[in-house]
Amino acid sequence: MEFIYYFGDVFTPINFGLLLLGTIGGLILGATPGLSPTMAVALLIPFTFQLEAAQGLILLGAAYTSTVAGGAVSAILLKIPGAPANIATTLDGHEMALNGEGAKALQLSFLSSAVGGVFGVLLLIFLTPVLAQWALAFGPSHLFWLAILGVTVIGSLDSKSVVKGLLSGCIGLWLATIGFDDIMGAQRFIFHPSLGGGINIIAALIGLFAIPQVITMFAKGRKNDGTEAIKVQKHPIKGAISELFRYKRAMGIGTLTGSIIGLIPGVGGQIAGLVAYDQSKKFSSDRDKYGTGHPEGLIAAESANNAMVGPSLVPLLTLSIPGSPTAAVLLGGLLIHGIFPGTDLFDNHPDVAWTFINSMLIGQILMCIFGLYVAGMAARVAQVPQSMMAAIVLGLAVFGSYSVQSSMGDVYVMASLGVMMYFLERFGFSAAPLVLGLILGPIAESNFIQGSMIATATDGLAPYFFGGPLNLFLIAVVVLSVLYSAYMELRSRRYISKEDIVA
Amino acid sequence: MKKLLAGAAIALMGLTQTATADGHANYPERPIMMMVSYGAGGATDFQARIVTMTAGNEDALGMPVAILNKPGAGGRVGWNWLAGQAEADGYTLGAYNVPHFIAQSIKGGVEYSAASFEPIANWGADPAVLVVGKDSEFNTLQDVIDFTKANPGKLTTSGAGLFVGHHIAALQMEKAGDMKMAYIPTKGGGAAALKAVIAGDVMAGINNLSDAFRAAQAGNVKILAVADLERNEFLPDVPTMMESGLDVDNASVNFRGVMVPKGTPQGIIDKLAATVPTMFENGRVQGKMKAGGSPMHVMNREEVLAMWAAREVALKELLAGL
Repeated sequence: MEFIYYFGDVFTPINFGLLLLGTIGGLILGATPGLSPTMAVALLIPFTFQLEAAQGLILLGAAYTSTVAGGAVSAILLKIPGAPANIATTLDGHEMALNGEGAKALQLSFLSSAVGGVFGVLLLIFLTPVLAQWALAFGPSHLFWLAILGVTVIGSLDSKSVVKGLLSGCIGLWLATIGFDDIMGAQRFIFHPSLGGGINIIAALIGLFAIPQVITMFAKGRKNDGTEAIKVQKHPIKGAISELFRYKRAMGIGTLTGSIIGLIPGVGGQIAGLVAYDQSKKFSSDRDKYGTGHPEGLIAAESANNAMVGPSLVPLLTLSIPGSPTAAVLLGGLLIHGIFPGTDLFDNHPDVAWTFINSMLIGQILMCIFGLYVAGMAARVAQVPQSMMAAIVLGLAVFGSYSVQSSMGDVYVMASLGVMMYFLERFGFSAAPLVLGLILGPIAESNFIQGSMIATATDGLAPYFFGGPLNLFLIAVVVLSVLYSAYMELRSRRYISKEDIVA
Repeated sequence: MKKLLAGAAIALMGLTQTATADGHANYPERPIMMMVSYGAGGATDFQARIVTMTAGNEDALGMPVAILNKPGAGGRVGWNWLAGQAEADGYTLGAYNVPHFIAQSIKGGVEYSAASFEPIANWGADPAVLVVGKDSEFNTLQDVIDFTKANPGKLTTSGAGLFVGHHIAALQMEKAGDMKMAYIPTKGGGAAALKAVIAGDVMAGINNLSDAFRAAQAGNVKILAVADLERNEFLPDVPTMMESGLDVDNASVNFRGVMVPKGTPQGIIDKLAATVPTMFENGRVQGKMKAGGSPMHVMNREEVLAMWAAREVALKELLAGL
């Protein structure tokens, strides 16, 4: 309960001002395509040189939480996921915006972000010592099985056909091999110097999601102008809150999945949203509505990606090991003031630690209030004529992919992947499984190589990868997940008549 | 109109002429960019931001230095860019990590070598250390050597990757002790390698002194030895490997500093070489670096040139068998 003593520190004029600044600035940075939470926090580091330790961390913490939520804005309105965390948000969120429910989608996304986020930070406050053990429990073999679990999701994610889902997942896995391999340093498929570092995930995201849509808009030409203008429905905030209570299950699944997966160093943040989306789909009675603008999918994805924020800081704050790139930047923010995370932080600088954590709690709520305030206005973006919209999205896509590491190479990668995806989409493939393959490929590969090196030096491959309760549990979940998908596929096939197949 | 344009063009030419003629006395006239070939938040990035924070002062360069991250492939992406695509006009600097980039150029597959760059100055030296988990049965370097000799190839040892300082240190230990360890490179750099030690995924690890020092302070690891010529001020109680009877020199020490691409005008190199070391010695910089647990070691251009040459010879010999 120590954290309550330090609540007052959040509300001193300077601290609260910084909190507001970080939250609003974070929302704007997060809504800008290409500026991922990591980049946003890194951009703010120089400002913290001049501030006191606690103040600097308030600014960084607020920016972290609100950029994650802000990423939903471009994901919903423009179908550009700002970071891997927002991929699942585009699936139903953008469909909702196209149906004229943009305001509702944004409100729901900010509300569920806040609920997930507050839960995540509360976990961080109360369960840190327990969670730290949990984060350490995942060795190479467990991470490998976890990535395989992710792969089993690929087939069922946002695809009419399991086979096409798996095929696009394979394309993603292949794309992930491009570049110098991180462990051995071998060169793979580097046809051009800009591919040396591999496919940058942010540039790939922008290309795969935004470009096909831009091409479609251009292809329609001007003939539909005006007739297609979407009527943006107004949506009362009260309505959004009651809607949120209607979908308690999606909310709960999203929050729990996000918190648990967020904890695992190196993996969590990227796949929390996608896994939560898939899980809530499997448990939902409206399975078929997913992907057509169903609020449940949006709620699960957004509550998961904000629930991950709190737990993702556990390895950093307790063990001094940054579990994600953003946590690594926050570590810099602490070190610059001579504070070492770990026992030193909580024993000798409790004011810094708790003020930081408390400010993330208040930040979640502030973020929600501002988000709800701008949701109505932001949703009008959908009324912009398509021809203009295409140009704007294209401009943002180029800007976003260039700004990741100031490299034209990333822009070329973005453009070529985008054009490729346009044609793939016409044949019924979708981008989400492809991206999942791109994310999971390196995780599975490097952990398998590491695990096998450790295994050959110690007690052999089979005992290492199949031994221990956590390995067996993960394998069981993988098997269940595959069986479930196969069962659903068979069951739905039984109801499809011959005419359906011909059609 | 044409005349006017021609006149303006001639005037412009005149301006640039004077700029080159007076030996770049006005350099720098605009903000400078420094490329860091690792991601934001990494140790190199963190230190680069601190050591350049006073660049805008009148007694330093008088212009701010902006950090540009080009991460990927263990630094190869950034250094390839600096060697091949960056403009050698003095406004593009790069951070180097020795032995990383020299070892990579010896192994091949990259577009640079030590000859592609001109060093300016060195700011930091982060030695590799041998760490074990806090509950490990190993308490001294000798314990580790005894175990490895009795069980060849069984000592799993994590490090940040292949052909980085950690790997070099492991190779040197194997050579000096005439033993075989199982070096496990990790994806995700030193932090991931250290996590493997703390979590008990591996029996031992080789890591940066700065990161291991923090983990030891937090009580998560034991540091058994330092791979350097003398003991480190951060760890006065930890012996060097040489003291413990393992003939390992400082070839694996991670030196960090500033360089420019080859072809940068000599006048600018001279000016930078004169100014940058004093910038590193600034009191504020030193204070922040010490607070962050980052060991400093300022060297001027001549010293760095000698260090690069010595490393190149030592690494060629060490990596010849691989």
